Amino acid sequence: MEENQKFIVNGKRIDGRKIDELRPIKIEAGVLKRSDGSCYLEMGNNKIIAAVYGPRALHPRHLQDPNKAVIRYRYNMAPFSVEERKRPGPDRRSVEISKVSREAFEPVVIKELFPRSSIDIFIEVLQADAGTRVAGLNAASVALADAGVPMKGMVTAVAVGKVDDHIVLDLFKDEDNYGQADIPIAMFIRDGKIEGITLLQMDGQITKDELKEAIKLAKKGCLEIYRLQKEALFKRCRGEDFVE
Amino acid sequence: MKETISPERKIVLPGDLVSTNPRNAGSGTYIENGKVYAKIFGLLDEKSNRVIPLKGKYIPEVGNLIIGIIEDVQSNGWVVDINSPYEAFLPVSEYPKAITGKQPKEIMDTGDVIAAKVVNIDPMMRVYLSMKDRSARILHRGRLIEILHTRVPRVIGRKGSMVSLLKKELGVKIIVGQNGRIWVDGPETMINFATDCIQIIEKEAHTDGLTERITSHIKKLKRGV
Repeated sequence: MEENQKFIVNGKRIDGRKIDELRPIKIEAGVLKRSDGSCYLEMGNNKIIAAVYGPRALHPRHLQDPNKAVIRYRYNMAPFSVEERKRPGPDRRSVEISKVSREAFEPVVIKELFPRSSIDIFIEVLQADAGTRVAGLNAASVALADAGVPMKGMVTAVAVGKVDDHIVLDLFKDEDNYGQADIPIAMFIRDGKIEGITLLQMDGQITKDELKEAIKLAKKGCLEIYRLQKEALFKRCRGEDFVE
Repeated sequence: MKETISPERKIVLPGDLVSTNPRNAGSGTYIENGKVYAKIFGLLDEKSNRVIPLKGKYIPEVGNLIIGIIEDVQSNGWVVDINSPYEAFLPVSEYPKAITGKQPKEIMDTGDVIAAKVVNIDPMMRVYLSMKDRSARILHRGRLIEILHTRVPRVIGRKGSMVSLLKKELGVKIIVGQNGRIWVDGPETMINFATDCIQIIEKEAHTDGLTERITSHIKKLKRGV
């Protein structure tokens, strides 16, 4: 990307999207045979696989909670997921993402039903193109539902940001790297309505009014993604073959 | 695994509104602010306002008949794997006969298969079993089949119709554990037929006319003999 290049020309972004348009999303539930629940998700050029195990007995024993289940969330990027090879293993960034993503699910999963057990969520990023944590959350949510884990609702997430002084939905790589702000937001959706925000991070600077606008845009995006998550789960139990 | 489901049944996601009357909340739902919501992904039974799960782990309930595998032997009882996140404990005192002068190991050892009743579960989800029940026994011969525990009601059928059909037509002994383990005993070929039928029931659990299809499938299998 060249310097001083405009992000928005005639209301269109570099990749041709409108400012409030999501990247193409593809979701498939139940892709792994060995896991209790799984999901494969594409969000633009992001490719994510999510696996859920549990509730299952938690070892070592000292990590057990006598009153409720423990959620463990592991976000991991494959070494080949980015242009320059990423050193394998957890690093500062992925440990942080794992923590905040886990906290996004804490209020939604009904943990009290499974004392002493653990619910393990694994997110593998196969290909990254900005917004992998929100894509991971969307995949994890579908995988949890697929595993039959009791939840108060679904979690749906999207990133909003600021480029060229415009608030835009679902940033892609260049907008994330060279834009003014990047705000991943996760929403708790119940019965098709937004009930709360379970994750909000921000990198960059925006004003209070811009943040309000950004959240409004994120709500719109989340409801659209929720519809796709629902579709993927319906498809799974109606037994229809996945259409390319 | 892809499943086919009769299209009349409504599919619900966690959080979908089931009812506005908290008094008729069935299983698979939770109540918040006087409204009933689905808590699992499954099929809605609109008559009883409950959500039928498609998948999920077996969570023991008091009164369940389960098929367990002895995992460990202690001086005061047996630790039993019940195909659940929680292991169960069968105390020596809940074994139907007094075992004076014998070690628990001599009665049942690691790997033995038993049918037992869940008699108590404490808030920490420690599960206690008993074999002082008519249906409880040690299962020596036969075959153990594992299916999704959410399909067990279909294998049993309405008032046990499906199990009795299999028992009658194939002349096999069957014990269905609520935890998704099924024990079948009889002549080898008949066990194979029963296994075949149970696998069909598991695969086509939520479709209509299952009993008829199983009846005709058994006929087909028998003709092949």
